[in-house]
Amino acid sequence: MEICRQDQALEIRELDPFLAELLRQIPESARPKDSAAAEERLFSAPAAAEETDLCAEWKIYVVPELRRLFQSATETVQQDLEQLRCTDKPFANCTLRIPLAHTDAWLNALNQARLAIAATYQFSDHELCDHYRSPLGNRRDLSLFQVNFYGFLQEFILREMEGNS
Amino acid sequence: MVVFSMRRRPREYTYSAATVILDGPRAAVETPTIQKQAATKDEIQTPWNVVVHNDPVNLMSYVTMVFQRVFGYPRERAEKHMLEVHHNGRSILWSGLRERAELYVQQLHGYLLLATIEKTT
Repeated sequence: MEICRQDQALEIRELDPFLAELLRQIPESARPKDSAAAEERLFSAPAAAEETDLCAEWKIYVVPELRRLFQSATETVQQDLEQLRCTDKPFANCTLRIPLAHTDAWLNALNQARLAIAATYQFSDHELCDHYRSPLGNRRDLSLFQVNFYGFLQEFILREMEGNS
Repeated sequence: MVVFSMRRRPREYTYSAATVILDGPRAAVETPTIQKQAATKDEIQTPWNVVVHNDPVNLMSYVTMVFQRVFGYPRERAEKHMLEVHHNGRSILWSGLRERAELYVQQLHGYLLLATIEKTT
């Protein structure tokens, strides 16, 4: 896999089918689904529990707006991921172009996915810092790899945005 | 920068909805009752802190970028707060009026940071 800046886009080239599949899973991973822990992390409380009025108002007025914001980001990412439908050669490496205008949406969606996965699996600090864990023996290991891979992409996007500003 | 529109009811008053009673050709509307929840002078003047809490998942570079964007802090100041969060578990990013503090927390939640407001002691 190779990532580089190409005009007004970031290009991820030579994307193998495994990593392409992980990228395809971003929108799905960003949804808390049945995980109360993920829901709680993505929509965390704005104040201590004693501030009952504030917390109640927040749920009514702010959380729906946050939901819309997060959904809009994942939809943008979903559109970009359409490029990964390699129908003619399903196991061939492919290229993904992320327009610079979409980088904020990507950062947000990647963050949603990382936080939701980490909350669902309750990864410890030690696990999250273990970037060389292998092999991927079960779903938990794969999810940890997903969190780290998405983090790597975030880092790259951030570096490019910084260079651009 | 992400800017949210706030569609929240004013904090100072709670309104009970006017009840419309349809009775034959005439419709009577009961006067809404307004209960005033007066904020004391102290409550209005007490500054609120915007606090960001540590989170092992969010990247340090991402948190720094968010602080720069939301508060307009220069990179050095944003990094100082990020490191404070990282080492001490929390950092006070801003203090001031409650409405503004709430707006900041809302923006920080839009970036998925763990942020809260709290009264200064």
